[in-house]
Amino acid sequence: MIVASNLCKRYPGGFEAVRDVSFQISAGQMTLITGHSGAGKTTLVKLLATIERPTVGSLVVNGQNLAAIRRSAIPYVRRNFGLVFQDQKLLFDRSALDNVLLPLEIVGLPRREAVRRAQAALDKVGLLAREKALPIALSGGEQQRLAIARAVVNRPTILLADEPTGNLDSESAAQILGIFSAFNQVGVTVVVATHDQSWVERYHPNVLRLDHGRLI
Amino acid sequence: MSAWFAQHRAALAAALRRLWLAPFNTLLSLLVIGIALTLPGFGYVLLDSLRDLGRSASSVQQISLFMHIDASKKDVGEIENRLRQASDGKWRFVPKEEALKRMQKSEGMAEIVASLPRNPLPDAFIIEPTNSEPETLEILRREISGWPKVAHVQLDSAWIKRFDAFLRLGKLAQWMLAGIFGAGLVAVTFNTIRLQVMAQAAEIDVARMIGATDAFIRRPFYYFGALQGGLGGLLAALLVFGALRLLAGPVAELASLYGGNFSLRLPAPGEVLGLVGLGAVLGWLGAQLSVSLSLRKFD
Repeated sequence: MIVASNLCKRYPGGFEAVRDVSFQISAGQMTLITGHSGAGKTTLVKLLATIERPTVGSLVVNGQNLAAIRRSAIPYVRRNFGLVFQDQKLLFDRSALDNVLLPLEIVGLPRREAVRRAQAALDKVGLLAREKALPIALSGGEQQRLAIARAVVNRPTILLADEPTGNLDSESAAQILGIFSAFNQVGVTVVVATHDQSWVERYHPNVLRLDHGRLI
Repeated sequence: MSAWFAQHRAALAAALRRLWLAPFNTLLSLLVIGIALTLPGFGYVLLDSLRDLGRSASSVQQISLFMHIDASKKDVGEIENRLRQASDGKWRFVPKEEALKRMQKSEGMAEIVASLPRNPLPDAFIIEPTNSEPETLEILRREISGWPKVAHVQLDSAWIKRFDAFLRLGKLAQWMLAGIFGAGLVAVTFNTIRLQVMAQAAEIDVARMIGATDAFIRRPFYYFGALQGGLGGLLAALLVFGALRLLAGPVAELASLYGGNFSLRLPAPGEVLGLVGLGAVLGWLGAQLSVSLSLRKFD
């Protein structure tokens, strides 16, 4: 469960990206954060992923207030999230398999078990046949699916995505939508920041609509 | 525990991969580190060989007693009696005739000696006391100086004292050199790691976002620094070994020309390990400093 109360994020210089936002997301729910460009969607995702810290307010995820945790605890909190970015943030000098292995190396899973789980994650997103390919050799849609495989390989309870279909054609975007929906159906909480209305029409999710940092 | 081992194994593999994937850079860095450690390493082994020479020489400390040129057989007999009573060590009488013969045998001295109107050398005694403590020898030297018809008493350990002082100076210079080159090694590793952190900024950024701890990110760099330093130390040991092997023959030959049997010793296995360990520790230190400073920008 995610509970945000009076959440604010003010950047140095005074710009307030998120203003007094309160919401609740139940476990296993699919939630979309929508709004026009600059509405504060990305900042809200970053606050949830502990990439940014709130200026004011509290953000409780699975009983832990992310606004008050120690810096040294942040890496362990992040392991509960699967993160997918619009620009994927893949490592282009590593194969698809090695990219997916990274989160498992971080938690220190033995190599054999890690490879088995990484291959299973690649299989779920339809990329097992391309496990040895470098990301540069993959299409935009495949790169985004690879990023999803990396996000889910650690079996996170919450999948966070920021504009995951922003750079994709409609066919690839539909594939990504399907993958997120499949994870949601097996109980993963999915939170996606997007301006793609097809998500709303197709899955009727919980929607948090932002405008100039405020929830409307 | 298995997670801990898995993470360390992965970090070691990553460090080895980084060394392997940039062979030219690796080779250059190893050469710089190797040469930096060679000089103090070579100095250490050389000074240790010289210290052995000093130790073996100091075990036969002598006092040379020179009689007055006009000393008679009776005077010499008197000294012999006193030596029997005073010294518990060995002593030997060197008559002036024997001294002159020895001098004649010395290269280039035969003609000079032949041209002398009379033997200018005095009778002498070479005394080797059992107790070779410098203070005891000095007391003995002063006592003997007061005996009748004794012209001069020379304590032959003076050169050993000078030699020992020279070794102490050499040792100090060697440690200073080691300190300077050690700092150089740290600087080389610091820069190499800084460049690596810059090159892997994207990877570090991604790893942090998906839950990597500081220790996870730092570990491969520490292994890299230690490996690079350790391999540099090994290279230095090989260079020291090679240099000493090359010098051993000519040095032994030179020593034999001076009537000695001095030889350079090669580094012992423990010393090779020490050099590798020193390189590894300094490399790790360079990595630690570099990573601490370079990773600040990711905070």
